[in-house]
Amino acid sequence: METKKAIISVKNLVKKYDDFVAVQDLSFDVYENEIFGLLGPNGAGKTTTLEIIETLRAKTSGEIIVDGFSVDKHAHEIKQIIGVQLQAAGYYPNLNLIELIELFAGLYGANIKPMEMLEKVNLQDKAKAKYKALSGGQKQRFSIATTLINQPKIIFLDEPTTGLDPQARRNLWDLITEIRSNGTTVVITTHYMDEAEQLCDRVAFVERGQIIALDTPDNLIDKLVSSGFERKKEVKKANLEDVFINLTGKEWRE
Amino acid sequence: MNDNNINAQADREELNSGMKTETTNRGGAYSNTKATLALAKASFRSIIRSPSAVVFTLAFPLIFILVFGFLGGGGTHIDVGISPGPDLKNPVVGMLEKTGMIRLVKDKSKEDFAKLLEKGNVDAMIDVHRKVNSVAYSVNVVYTSASMDKGNILKSVLNNLFYDKNLKPSIAEIKESTVHGREYKTIDFILPGQLGFSLLSTGVFGTAFVFLSLRQTLVIKRFFATPVKRSSIVIGEGIARIGFALIGALFIIVLGNLFFGFTLVHGAITVVNMLVLATLGVIVFMGFGFIISGIAKNESMVPPISNIVTLPQFLLSGTFFSIEAFPKWLQPISRALPLTYLNDAMRKVAFEGVGLWDVKFQIMILFIWGIGIYAVAVKVFKWE
Repeated sequence: METKKAIISVKNLVKKYDDFVAVQDLSFDVYENEIFGLLGPNGAGKTTTLEIIETLRAKTSGEIIVDGFSVDKHAHEIKQIIGVQLQAAGYYPNLNLIELIELFAGLYGANIKPMEMLEKVNLQDKAKAKYKALSGGQKQRFSIATTLINQPKIIFLDEPTTGLDPQARRNLWDLITEIRSNGTTVVITTHYMDEAEQLCDRVAFVERGQIIALDTPDNLIDKLVSSGFERKKEVKKANLEDVFINLTGKEWRE
Repeated sequence: MNDNNINAQADREELNSGMKTETTNRGGAYSNTKATLALAKASFRSIIRSPSAVVFTLAFPLIFILVFGFLGGGGTHIDVGISPGPDLKNPVVGMLEKTGMIRLVKDKSKEDFAKLLEKGNVDAMIDVHRKVNSVAYSVNVVYTSASMDKGNILKSVLNNLFYDKNLKPSIAEIKESTVHGREYKTIDFILPGQLGFSLLSTGVFGTAFVFLSLRQTLVIKRFFATPVKRSSIVIGEGIARIGFALIGALFIIVLGNLFFGFTLVHGAITVVNMLVLATLGVIVFMGFGFIISGIAKNESMVPPISNIVTLPQFLLSGTFFSIEAFPKWLQPISRALPLTYLNDAMRKVAFEGVGLWDVKFQIMILFIWGIGIYAVAVKVFKWE
């Protein structure tokens, strides 16, 4: 692990809103080309932390370096090398997907073919559709397409699978894995532990604005087991989600 | 598992080194202009697909133009200029005032009146003086072809007066003549007013709605995650909004000219001058929109606040009626509103054919409004 190069380095990050401390003294590194998960309950400070790294929010104190650029001085440079999917972002009204991609290409100053971007996330059939008319899974895939326009080194995905059905979720996992295998570092937040276990190389647990654990999912589980933890119920070889996928098929529907 | 890790790492290094060169190339190429134009294009597409924008900018003004175009003058009053002279308290003038139909315009020089007559701004001019060596008065009336119908009404009023038994002994004669002026049609008054109103509603409603909804639906937040500058967002939106307003204006002017005989004294040059004024107008009115988008808490608050801005101007800025028709105490309010000056400048440019330099006063007032509005807008505008 020590040999890996940190592409994001967060040191002693603090964010205060008036008298409320959202993030207190957070430090962690994200390595190049890993899928890094930020886990934790709602209001733990995950989104705040992401938005500070994305240069969308000002921090109270601490130091953040993204691929050699400091968020204090080089926000503009950082924005050019990252792709951001926000938890609840909307898209310009009355435009179809192709036109939205064109708009973002202009905003990023990127020369891309809009149709190719849509093909990457398997939305070429929806090129003329409005964002509002897409299903939940399609919306998330479109959001991810907009993060890829500037061929970023790092993409940030804030709860990309929340509200999706099991098929759409799996479909998105495949997409995220594919993006990573193309050389992009992925930082993701999620509430689903099975998802984190399956996708993430390393995860950080955030609670009340602090990191309480950071390791690979495997190590974290082993540690818990070696401390004498036992599940109340014997684990079966399949769970209900496996049943769901088995019954309804793997095929992803719109 | 371990083998996989090593392989993956080697792959990564390759990919990363490949990507480095790419980013350096990209870094220097970022263009704010390109981003601004991309936004302008997106915004323009969005505007032309939004029904409310089309209705406010085109349908409403056209309906009003249609209605007033066919309705004609409405409540008749006749503006009669009285030539300056020592004896304005003569019985003829007194009787004219009593009719209630005639508005006397005083305190202007003969030259002024000549111009006003030619434009049809006064419907006739009257000159009353005592005949030499007589107690009787001589009444000299000049009509204008620019307002022949009202001139005819005046003619009959005067004839009645002439045969009025109280007055008859004191009037010796009525001399009449007609000057030639351009015909000032209802459309020449109504169209610039409607055009001004169209620009006002596009600027105010459109801008307020767009920025509020972009902020609320977090579209702007997503923009901020790209390298785009804030100024690009504002300018891009502005270009789209102005472009749309100008197309709307051109449409209204051309339609008015073709179907209602709207007067364009110098043809295309007049149109260009009007579009320049329209641009200035929209920019000023967009400032109101920025302010409203900043103070409105949600979309349902936009229409009431926008109406506070647009309605008074709609009613008081000479959109439908000339400001001179308002009671005296109301006129200073009218003269404080920016739309008044835009309307005024538009009418002068279109009907009188003056150049932009001749309406520099109106332009200056609009500029002052613009500076004031944007000073407030910068303070209250919210990005998030």
